[in-house]
Amino acid sequence: MTAAVEAATTKLIGAPVRRIEDASLITGAARYLDDLKLPGMAHVAILRSQYAHARIRSIDTSRAAAHPGVIAVYTGKDFEHLPALPCAWQAAGVENLVNTPRALEIDRVTFTGAGIAAVVAEDRYAAEDALSLIDVDWEPLPVVVDVEQAIADGAPQLHENAPGNIVMDWSCGEEAGTNTALGEAEVVVRERLVNQRLIPNPMEGRGAAATYEPATGQYTVWMSSQDPHIMRLLMTAFVFGIPETKMRCIAPHVGGGFGTKIFLYHEYVLMAALAQKVGRPVKWVETRSENYTATTHGRDHVTQLEVGAKRDGTITALKAKTLANLGGVLSTIAPGIPTTLYGRMLSGAYRIPNIHCQVLGVYTNTGMVDAYRGAGRPEATYVVERAVDLVARELDLDPVEVRRRNFIPPDAFPYDPVGILRGLAYDTGDYEKPLDRALKIVDYDGFRRAQAEARQQGKYRGIGFSTYVEICGAAPSAWIGTVGEGWGASMWESANIRVHLTGQVVVTIGTQPQGQGHQTTTAQVVASELGIPIEDVTVELGDTQGTPFGYGTYASRSVAVGTVAVYNSLQKIKAKARRIAAHMLEADVEDIDFEGGKAFVKGSPESAKTIQEIAGAAALAYDLPAGEEPFLDDTTYYDPPNCTFPFGTHVAVVEVDADTGEITLERYVAVDDVGRVINPMIVDGQVHGGIAQGVAQALWEYAVYDENGQLRSGSMMDYAVPKAEFFPRLEVERTETPTDVNPLGVKGAGETGTIASTPAVVNAVMDALAPLGIRHVDMPLTPERVWRAMRDASGDRGEA
Amino acid sequence: MTELALTVNGVRREADVEPRMLLVDFIRDHLGLTGTKIACDTSQCGACTIHLDGQAVKSCTVFAVQADGAEVTTIEGLASNGTLHAVQEAFREKHGLQCGFCTPGMIMTTVDLLGRNADPTDDEIRYALEGNLCRCTGYENIVRAVHEAAEVTR
Repeated sequence: MTAAVEAATTKLIGAPVRRIEDASLITGAARYLDDLKLPGMAHVAILRSQYAHARIRSIDTSRAAAHPGVIAVYTGKDFEHLPALPCAWQAAGVENLVNTPRALEIDRVTFTGAGIAAVVAEDRYAAEDALSLIDVDWEPLPVVVDVEQAIADGAPQLHENAPGNIVMDWSCGEEAGTNTALGEAEVVVRERLVNQRLIPNPMEGRGAAATYEPATGQYTVWMSSQDPHIMRLLMTAFVFGIPETKMRCIAPHVGGGFGTKIFLYHEYVLMAALAQKVGRPVKWVETRSENYTATTHGRDHVTQLEVGAKRDGTITALKAKTLANLGGVLSTIAPGIPTTLYGRMLSGAYRIPNIHCQVLGVYTNTGMVDAYRGAGRPEATYVVERAVDLVARELDLDPVEVRRRNFIPPDAFPYDPVGILRGLAYDTGDYEKPLDRALKIVDYDGFRRAQAEARQQGKYRGIGFSTYVEICGAAPSAWIGTVGEGWGASMWESANIRVHLTGQVVVTIGTQPQGQGHQTTTAQVVASELGIPIEDVTVELGDTQGTPFGYGTYASRSVAVGTVAVYNSLQKIKAKARRIAAHMLEADVEDIDFEGGKAFVKGSPESAKTIQEIAGAAALAYDLPAGEEPFLDDTTYYDPPNCTFPFGTHVAVVEVDADTGEITLERYVAVDDVGRVINPMIVDGQVHGGIAQGVAQALWEYAVYDENGQLRSGSMMDYAVPKAEFFPRLEVERTETPTDVNPLGVKGAGETGTIASTPAVVNAVMDALAPLGIRHVDMPLTPERVWRAMRDASGDRGEA
Repeated sequence: MTELALTVNGVRREADVEPRMLLVDFIRDHLGLTGTKIACDTSQCGACTIHLDGQAVKSCTVFAVQADGAEVTTIEGLASNGTLHAVQEAFREKHGLQCGFCTPGMIMTTVDLLGRNADPTDDEIRYALEGNLCRCTGYENIVRAVHEAAEVTR
């Protein structure tokens, strides 16, 4: 092929192509859920429980119903016929005592924010006004919000079917062997680690709109969602009991999700049901207050950690007993997150011969907890990376050297972490490479010298590392099927590619971006493989009508599963193009090469037929090879043989103010290895955003409930979503170790920043405070907490 | 109801609105200019930032009737004759947006900043954006986009 064509196409994979998505986003033209206006549309507001635990004696809606502009008011009894929402991913291999939300709660609530009544009105102002006119007769019940108190004797009981407030008791690894190894270890370090509750805060909250056509029984539901196909499946099969063909789900532009928009929420069911009852289109858009109380939260673990090691720093055993607070009722995949995606990743990047993890899922009178960016892996990484630092501290060893001593070596892949992944193995890895690069960037030796000088001057500077590994690309369906580790369904992805007779290519995919740039990334692969301009590629998604089934976007799976489906489909398109070209050129198909957008007889590029000419011939079908179907079209389903395991090194450099405990993040360096990279600009952006969220957990963010179950951090005024001025320049680099799991070599990059960064920052602060003998402070490391720790450590009880 | 007359993106608009109606609701629901976003309800996030008589304001904190007689510019009014504003171009060029929900507000605030300070430092940019929250980018590429816009504009 000609050099010009080659330059224009094959270089697309790996190039920082500017995003196709941006044109509508920077001009205000992009339509999100709240921008939807349907003819005759009514507006819905939802009355939510102000009690964390209470019985509903009665609800009087008469005053609200009489309010000007109000069309109707409904309570839970109006939807008694609809079952509670499904819990679609339960902890594998153990009994799960399931309680989930209903369209509206009928007689009892277990957290503030539970939906109990809905006002349908001509406009939103009227709907919101009428909420205050609904009279509820409440019987408050005793409340428990703390996970350790909830499992104690005498604690208020939330659900009859869950004695002791236990959702499930799950474990992985070998308990006896781990106990023996801890008993024989030369040194054992124990620590209680709190991974605090976070509020995910996508800038766009949730929302839903629905229509119903009585003549056909057809629902259409729009929602701000990461997985419209799953929403349709769960609503039709588990709630409405109708064929999936009777519902169409559409996700418009989605303004961030971070996990919260994976789940089936009661409002989506409610909107579909209301559209039918009211006979008009309806729309509900959550307020930020609703987002804080009624949308899922993340993390919220309390872990008792025990690590055994030899005096040289070799880790011999790791044991974690974790209480996972899952809230007042279970969100869609709540039990799966602290089990499969947490316990099974507790080996980290290290060869640890004995691992055991027990997880108790616990009900408390707090909001629902489910996947939040990273989903289980940040919690696991926090435990493992803190464990390594605690061992290093105990033995007075360099934390970098302890990491090197325990790393899984490059020749040990595929690596099975002592069976805790139940048959999956880490695909590829070279853990020293990003570590070495990161050490060079931060000038580690130079920093240690500067730190020693700073300590002489009474300054507390510290450096912290996180040499993480994580799991992406969920997941091989056979693995899910055999051990019940997931949705209770498979997790392949799909792609349909049509090359129109003009040569324009339309690709439909089943994943659903929330800002990740899927359209651009997909178009890069299509344009590169077919040798066409990227402008000739249109990517369609987000609508169950017209796209093949897909499981959606979470767990960094869209490229590692979805784009691989696109890539495989392109190979079939090219194979068909070669067959048709062979016919056109009167040659054997074995003699046809396809490169740079052209098919030609080997060695005779001047005889080429362009992909556009071939597509035209395929569409016209005047003269096709015998038995060849018309049109250049393919639908491919890709089921990955394994998950993928990105890794890397993150380094934080901090200074702690000796007087105030205030922390300055001086530098942040990340060297990630996410396999092959399709668009480095987009991957860098994903890493930046992930780092910001992970650093924010270490230093600022914390969802706080008071003892009555009221969310004290209930708005952006009270919850510390970080601002631009909180961060230094982020220094982001990469190494590239392709996976052998898929032909693109891609691993997934959406969550590495969040997974890696939290322990790096905490380790840095603990390193800074080492001269005071402080080895652990729970997050967030606010100035008050750090100051108190410093005061306690120095023995100075006086007022500062 | 209260009568209201103002100019939005160069077009004169008249309406009869409830005195309590927020300017952001007027812009979005009555004028159909949905590029301006609502995200926090408490004036923290800046997704609703517009220009009121040439100054960046959070339109969720202004009543529509307070804009009587004013000149309003929204994200839809920033490009002229099909040519993007330099700040819009810079956000695309530097990947200063992901989900795009904070972006109209970020861009409107940036235009305001560069009108007052043609060559801001990193710190000045971060300080100027303290009323605009983004959850996707870690602000890294937003800061780069503001520098880029400043450079192109100078």
